[in-house]
Amino acid sequence: MSFQTKADNSATNQVYKETFRLSRFARTYGTQLGMLGVFFALWLIFIVSAPNTFLSSRIYFAFMSTIPFFAIMAIPLTMVVIAGEIDLSFPSIMAMGMVAFSFVYNSTNIIDNVSIRVLLAFIAALLAGAIIGWLNGVIVVWFGIPSLVATIGTQFFWRGAVLVLTQGANFTLSYIKGSFLYPALVGKIGGYLPMQMIWLILIAILGWILLNRHKLGAHIYLIGDNVHSAELMGVNTGIVRIRAFMLIGLIAAFAGVVASFHVAYFWPSLGDGYLLSTLASVFLGGTSVFGGTGTILGTFLGAFIIGAIEAATVAVGLTGFWTQLIYGLIIVLSVIMHTYLRKRVE
Amino acid sequence: MDYRLELRNVSKSFGEVQALENINFQLGRNEVVGLLGDNGAGKSTLIKIMTGYHQPTSGEIFFNGQRVDHLTVPAARKLGVETVYQERALAELQSLWRNIFLGRELRNRWGLLDVNQMKQETYRLMSQYMGFTSSAVNPNSRVGTFSGGEKQGVAIVRALYFDAEIIILDEPTMGLSLKETAKLTKFVTDIKKAGKSAIFIDHNILHVYNVADRVVVVDRGRIAGQFMTKDISLDKLMDKMVQVAETGNLD
Repeated sequence: MSFQTKADNSATNQVYKETFRLSRFARTYGTQLGMLGVFFALWLIFIVSAPNTFLSSRIYFAFMSTIPFFAIMAIPLTMVVIAGEIDLSFPSIMAMGMVAFSFVYNSTNIIDNVSIRVLLAFIAALLAGAIIGWLNGVIVVWFGIPSLVATIGTQFFWRGAVLVLTQGANFTLSYIKGSFLYPALVGKIGGYLPMQMIWLILIAILGWILLNRHKLGAHIYLIGDNVHSAELMGVNTGIVRIRAFMLIGLIAAFAGVVASFHVAYFWPSLGDGYLLSTLASVFLGGTSVFGGTGTILGTFLGAFIIGAIEAATVAVGLTGFWTQLIYGLIIVLSVIMHTYLRKRVE
Repeated sequence: MDYRLELRNVSKSFGEVQALENINFQLGRNEVVGLLGDNGAGKSTLIKIMTGYHQPTSGEIFFNGQRVDHLTVPAARKLGVETVYQERALAELQSLWRNIFLGRELRNRWGLLDVNQMKQETYRLMSQYMGFTSSAVNPNSRVGTFSGGEKQGVAIVRALYFDAEIIILDEPTMGLSLKETAKLTKFVTDIKKAGKSAIFIDHNILHVYNVADRVVVVDRGRIAGQFMTKDISLDKLMDKMVQVAETGNLD
């Protein structure tokens, strides 16, 4: 071994080329391939058993309209889980963002322009989400509280705050229809393609870049894998984890705005139904509950499987009672598959 | 005096436990110092202060004669300190290239990771220094699948890649085969030849004696004494070590 450093590039001109080999490819991308397999197998089953429903485009536009509400949040949640943490408070953050939204909208009535008021309110919602996320991160990092416990606490706290601040009242948001944000967030391109689907794709791409091509993502993987190694190598593990919590707070508030705009109405229970489907999307997508591994693509597919099962069970001719049973079966089987594939890799 | 690294009156306590007490330590230019001491003597705490991982409770740290306050891991790395930790500090589920650049990822002009460049560098380091010749190992391989010696190779090559001036090796021979240990010894002599400095920590007196210019004996959080290896025979050093372990005193 001789002593050379990066300045010395001339020693050899060997270039590393990624040669494609099926066995290696299958090993590296095992979980994603498994996930794609599950995805297409289920799809095929749906088509065969309910061809009228699953061969027409209407059902897919319906999926693209409703699935993004929780799929959007599953993207940053994937990062939090890869970092070895969990966030259970995002449904309350959705609602709290909307409280900030309506508070700012109502207190800016000196401004004559609805679009500007809605824009300010929108920014306030995102800000509130990021701040609540930051608080989650601070509780976990500075006080060393396990995130599972900390975010159960903040989940109740912020839901409570929503109820206290709104006195439990629901109200209409019909005024947003006069704002340019309304078509931008929940409009339909060509009368068919819902804008929330475009936002989901955008957030998924940005999430992929952040996780795979940015320092933050690299450090998220390292922290989830071995937090002690990351610290010894000079990674600021606290700041990275706080940023991950801020990110899900921000996106949860965004999802809250999108979901409320969709119905132009605010319910103080906003977000309540999304906790388990968002978590299920992440774990179904192959992200390890122990941290260190996981992919955006897996979560994306996972969200669509979760979202499609309900419609599929009904279309296939089973009663709605079957939905949860099938959910459970698919989640458990997929997680077993992922664990098995991961063991094969080692 | 212009030392590469100097600690003056450094103490460190963890709550009630006094891990280090008034340590005065110097590392010269182009010098290899061996740190010897029993388990729990404070060797690991001492080096973690030099790498910025622990902050001393009191005392001063000097690099090249300049006093450095609040030494952190990134700051120590900027000053040219590289460490091969006892626990190796690897992320075993991650690929080889991610481990080589752990905490110091290369970035392109858009601020995004330069993944291709990191894979190329990893491949070069692998084939030139790590002795990975098997085609099964490539920059995308997961480090968790490597043997103990291979993992140690990754930790060492990582320390070398970033223009280190001071290389700290904490129990580097632990879990290594005889052949791998011989390779490691040669590696430390190469550090010396390249004009760099090193601190070498090991349980095995023989390993240290063979490569170090000077041996510093740590006992119960204090420096018990030091010897130039050229002035003392291996047998004598061993006797002294046993005496320190029994009495806490060299004389």
